[in-house]
Amino acid sequence: MKPEYKIISDLIEKDAKVLDVGCDDGTLMEFLKTNKNANIRGIEISKEKVQICIAKGLTVIEGNAEFDLKQFPNDSFEYVVLGQTLQAFINPETVIRELLRVGNKAIVTIPNFGHWKVRLNLLFKGTMPITNSLPHDWYNTPNIHMCTIKDFVRFSEIINFKIFKSLALINENVSDINNSNLIFKNLFGELGIFLIEK
Amino acid sequence: MDIKQNIKTLIVEKPLKLDCGQTISNFPLAYETYGSLNNEKDNAILVFHALTGDQFVTGINPVTKKDGWWSYAVGSGKSIDTDKYFVICANVIGGCMGSFGPSHENPKTKKIYGTDFPVITINDMVNAQINLLDFFGIKKLFSVVGGSMGGMQVLQFISNYPDKAKTAIPIACTSSHSAQNIAFNELGRQAIAADHNWSDGNYNSKNIVPDKGLAVARMAAHITYLSKKGLQEKFGRKLQERDDLKFGFDADFQIESYLRYQGSVFVDRFDANSYLYITRAMDYFDLVKQFNGNLSDAFKNTKAKFFIISFTSDWLYPTQENKDIVIALNAVGANVGFVEIKSDKGHDSFLLNVPDFLKALKNFLDKSYAEKHL
Repeated sequence: MKPEYKIISDLIEKDAKVLDVGCDDGTLMEFLKTNKNANIRGIEISKEKVQICIAKGLTVIEGNAEFDLKQFPNDSFEYVVLGQTLQAFINPETVIRELLRVGNKAIVTIPNFGHWKVRLNLLFKGTMPITNSLPHDWYNTPNIHMCTIKDFVRFSEIINFKIFKSLALINENVSDINNSNLIFKNLFGELGIFLIEK
Repeated sequence: MDIKQNIKTLIVEKPLKLDCGQTISNFPLAYETYGSLNNEKDNAILVFHALTGDQFVTGINPVTKKDGWWSYAVGSGKSIDTDKYFVICANVIGGCMGSFGPSHENPKTKKIYGTDFPVITINDMVNAQINLLDFFGIKKLFSVVGGSMGGMQVLQFISNYPDKAKTAIPIACTSSHSAQNIAFNELGRQAIAADHNWSDGNYNSKNIVPDKGLAVARMAAHITYLSKKGLQEKFGRKLQERDDLKFGFDADFQIESYLRYQGSVFVDRFDANSYLYITRAMDYFDLVKQFNGNLSDAFKNTKAKFFIISFTSDWLYPTQENKDIVIALNAVGANVGFVEIKSDKGHDSFLLNVPDFLKALKNFLDKSYAEKHL
């Protein structure tokens, strides 16, 4: 189980109606079902992963979040979770808007491209960074829109959504991100976790 | 047609007002069951058959002596596990395996109905079958399942009886028959009508059958159940028991021979007038129109958990039409899962050995059954 699942779960209220966008094999869905008694649905692009979710008794729709979120009416869910996939979309802005249309709140996690290892990797090797959380080569990566924690904070100002809570994951420890420590968290945070609202 | 021995029949006494305006009562509804109903009576699954199916879902069909039409999916230890669930399937009204249909005698005229039989709809079929629940003392089915026309019945059933099933699995179907669907059905009907033996539907009294027309109808329909790729891989341009073309009109190609065979075996088990009536029922099916253009309204009162399944190579009821049902369900916040199964076997995939499909079906049912709090 990914370390951020516990953090995501802590951001969600009990019995909430939740949509997990890009729910993968349903691990987070199961966790939220057990821990928060969440009424949880998933959307997943991979047929194999959908099969795994069905085998776990989870309600999952096979689909592409970039196009298939529009089938949900406004405010269908209390929370919509988007775990580490924002960078893979053709149009992240549309996806964020759709998340916040479909859900009252959204939880977005991003692998931080501003992490020091990534920076050093590029600085010294002069090639596109490959790290544990970003294991692909530049030519086969699904991650076409990488951003840093700082970029995401700025993104909220540019496309106008509210960041309700922002957290950084550093060595499996979670800490708050605020204006005064943003530079530090952007250097050491492996993952940014944001609770956002319209 | 064989003499209908071994056919269980419920005589439905309660009058049923059909969509065409006529009312029928004391009509036979032929059915079969598999597995056993538990004490709580909460393990029943009503399976709806497709156009040319019947109540003999699995095992050996006692009339045709062949495997039941859904033997891959239904049986001991299979997706719809008869060790666990009580499976009920009825022959649709309008059909020809014992249920009230055009080959029955009209009590008023003492003649076979033929085309005097009332035109029936998917709605009528479902409203006839709801009587099976009372008959077995079942308050709520565990599931309603069906592919193709069976899937249409699933949708209509939930719409008519929103609290009579815990789960619903419409497979490879649509909420509204498309122009292309109607076109293929019309082709079949015209093939039957063009057979001189059809005699405006009165062939029974002359002891003849429009077998040529019915066979052509089946051949045309059969093509729509397969995919181009599937046909190409199975038959290609392979020749039928010959080394070269014969420069004539016998079946040179294996695909020709295959279709002719499919047509010939079909006429032994199916009634031409039933084919007209059931295809008509499918063509009239338009759940979207029934709810004034908003399909979601068909499902707004149900708490049933849905699982929609489509197949990549199904061009008769393509994925998008199945997804439209998912979208309509999401619009009313229904509990709906969806998967598109990869298969080259076309629309027929749901009847065949497609492991990913059979696995998904089994997992959905077994996991839902385990959730007692549903």
